Amino acid sequence: MKFIKKMIATLVLLPALALAGEGYPLDHAPDRANNMAALQNGAKLFVNYCLNCHAAASMRYSRLKDIGLTEDQIRGNLLLASDKVGDLMTTRLSVKDAKAWFGAAPPDLSVIARAKASESGTGPDWLYTYLRSYYKDDSRPTGWNNMVFPNVGMPHALWELQGVRGAEFEEVEDEHDHSKKTLEFKKFTTITPGKLTTAEYDSEVGDLVAYLNWMGEPEQGTRKRLGVWVLLWMSMLSLLAWRLNASYWKEVK
Amino acid sequence: MAFVEKKLPADAPVIDKALNWVDARFPLTKLWNDQWGQYYAPKNFNFWYIFGSLAMLVLVIQIVTGIFLVMHYKPDGGMAFASVEYIMREVPWGWLVRYMHSTGASAFFIIIYLHMARALMYGSYRKPRELVWLFGFAIFLCLMAEAFFGYLLPWGQMSYWGAQVIVNLFGAIPVIGPDLSLWIRGDYVVSDATLNRFFSFHVIAIPLVLLGLVVAHLIALHEVGSNNPDGIEIKDNLDADGHPVDGVPSHPYYTFHDIFGVTVFLVLFTAVVFFAPEMGGYFLEANNFVPADSLKTPLHIAPTWYFTPFYSILRATTSDFLYIVQGGIAAYVVLIYLKSSLPSLIKAVIAAIGLVMIVGMLPFGLDAKFWGVVLFGSSVMILAGMPWLDQSPVKSIRYRPNWHKTVMIIFGIAFVTLGYLGVEPPSPIRNLVSQVCAVLYFAFFLLMPWWSAMGTFKPVPKRVTFKPH
Repeated sequence: MKFIKKMIATLVLLPALALAGEGYPLDHAPDRANNMAALQNGAKLFVNYCLNCHAAASMRYSRLKDIGLTEDQIRGNLLLASDKVGDLMTTRLSVKDAKAWFGAAPPDLSVIARAKASESGTGPDWLYTYLRSYYKDDSRPTGWNNMVFPNVGMPHALWELQGVRGAEFEEVEDEHDHSKKTLEFKKFTTITPGKLTTAEYDSEVGDLVAYLNWMGEPEQGTRKRLGVWVLLWMSMLSLLAWRLNASYWKEVK
Repeated sequence: MAFVEKKLPADAPVIDKALNWVDARFPLTKLWNDQWGQYYAPKNFNFWYIFGSLAMLVLVIQIVTGIFLVMHYKPDGGMAFASVEYIMREVPWGWLVRYMHSTGASAFFIIIYLHMARALMYGSYRKPRELVWLFGFAIFLCLMAEAFFGYLLPWGQMSYWGAQVIVNLFGAIPVIGPDLSLWIRGDYVVSDATLNRFFSFHVIAIPLVLLGLVVAHLIALHEVGSNNPDGIEIKDNLDADGHPVDGVPSHPYYTFHDIFGVTVFLVLFTAVVFFAPEMGGYFLEANNFVPADSLKTPLHIAPTWYFTPFYSILRATTSDFLYIVQGGIAAYVVLIYLKSSLPSLIKAVIAAIGLVMIVGMLPFGLDAKFWGVVLFGSSVMILAGMPWLDQSPVKSIRYRPNWHKTVMIIFGIAFVTLGYLGVEPPSPIRNLVSQVCAVLYFAFFLLMPWWSAMGTFKPVPKRVTFKPH
């Protein structure tokens, strides 16, 4: 066992070989996975602001019952008159139009919160920072750019809420090549204020991201709740198996 | 010989009569007794001896969950990704079955690596268990193929580009390479045709071979008997009934011992399945939640963690590194000539292979990519040589010189470091570290015939070391 210990001791040094993450630092998304009001508000924002261009084709509207909405609430508030409660969350935007307008079809958002996880943060962290990092950039075809996703194809869908912001950059000497200058982000500036204050906007995005995270795996709550019981049961079983085994082995001399 | 059926008394229980009827026609009781019931296993098994049973358990988990996944999965380039999400959302308990299968794949490799580490520590591949080891090695190859084919099926970006990278490796083979990789893919890029054939290999071809090999592995093991942490043959000490004094019948002793091990394993396994099925991106990668796109190459493509030690060796083989490899081969041939007692024909064959490789690595020869593939393949295949590479007079690490433990620790560290570096994006310093580890990896095996026989060995006891529970 000493030899295993030595090996483990050496291996904990491995992460020293990792590089520090680069890029725009991610903020922590608030954890609202069990906050039904937040999830419902997030669902409303999602249907109103995202679903016009993005689909979530793995997701049925009726699944929203899991976050406490009734079928009538879904039909009355979140559906177009022609849709059924059991329908999938598809989008009216055609791929052809999307390519003409944005250069690419907007990605399906069913599992976007799971797809954006990286060493820099969780998927929700990425989304939470991304949706709060848009700025006006006239050099882009849409007039928008983003700190987390440079040269993003999507315009700022939530601009009415957040308002229009600009970004200030500063010329600094390149670390590696002193003859060159690089642009370093300094701060966001307000050009036109939105409907919401910064704190209100952050909270709305927090709700939206909580919803996207829930939609990425609607069973996650069940999974964790059930997991507690499964672990308790398995632990008890292993306790029994341990004593049963001991009762057989005590006769082996 | 006339057919003879044992006569049971008329009032014997029905179950006994039924068993008697079967036994007269099929060796059911005999099979059970030979393979488990009356199979005497050493009584001094420790922690390291649980992984064989656990591998069996995970194999069963994979087959059963796999059967249910195939009922809902669609092996079609346009539908595969969505059908996995359909399983996760709409199939009752589909999420559980899928997470068990994806976690099971990684668990299988953890278990098999620990199972192999056990063999390395206690010399379980030594005579007379060479075939047990070779069957096990073939199982390991099948498992790698199974994992590789299965990983394409979710049809995410990592599935797609991982398969693309690995199939392209075949393209590095001179002359036939490009046609070979085209033949494997069935298309110019990884596509629906590739997905369909990988599905076929994953659900039927490889599992069939795998099951056959597992049976062979177990029959071979139960024929020669298990090794143990002391590395001595328990069959050398028999009691009056002809049973090993240091052995216990597998049933009930190891039945309940393994059930205990299984429950402890299941605690860990279910903890991952229910609380961390993605395992921080190592079991389910974030990028694999993006549907496969043949036009968007991800910035960083890495195989799943269980392939990365070998993949790192492939990546470490740069054109500069080939000079080191050439030097290593030349030195090895000299070593064979000076310090081995192999027949001169074999020595000549080794020298000829060495010469061809050295010439082939010259700047006008084949490129580093090809040699990377050769070293990648060799790093796996070299494991098959263990029974003959190890020349230590004792089997178990317990009775080998202390510095042998240090050698094994260094090897273990090099192996895990290679694995770690294989999941990380490359950088000059990481490349250097993986080159050093690749040299250590090969040196461990290639120099084993010499180092394993060196040093002062401790006396091996006549009976196993056993402390009653």
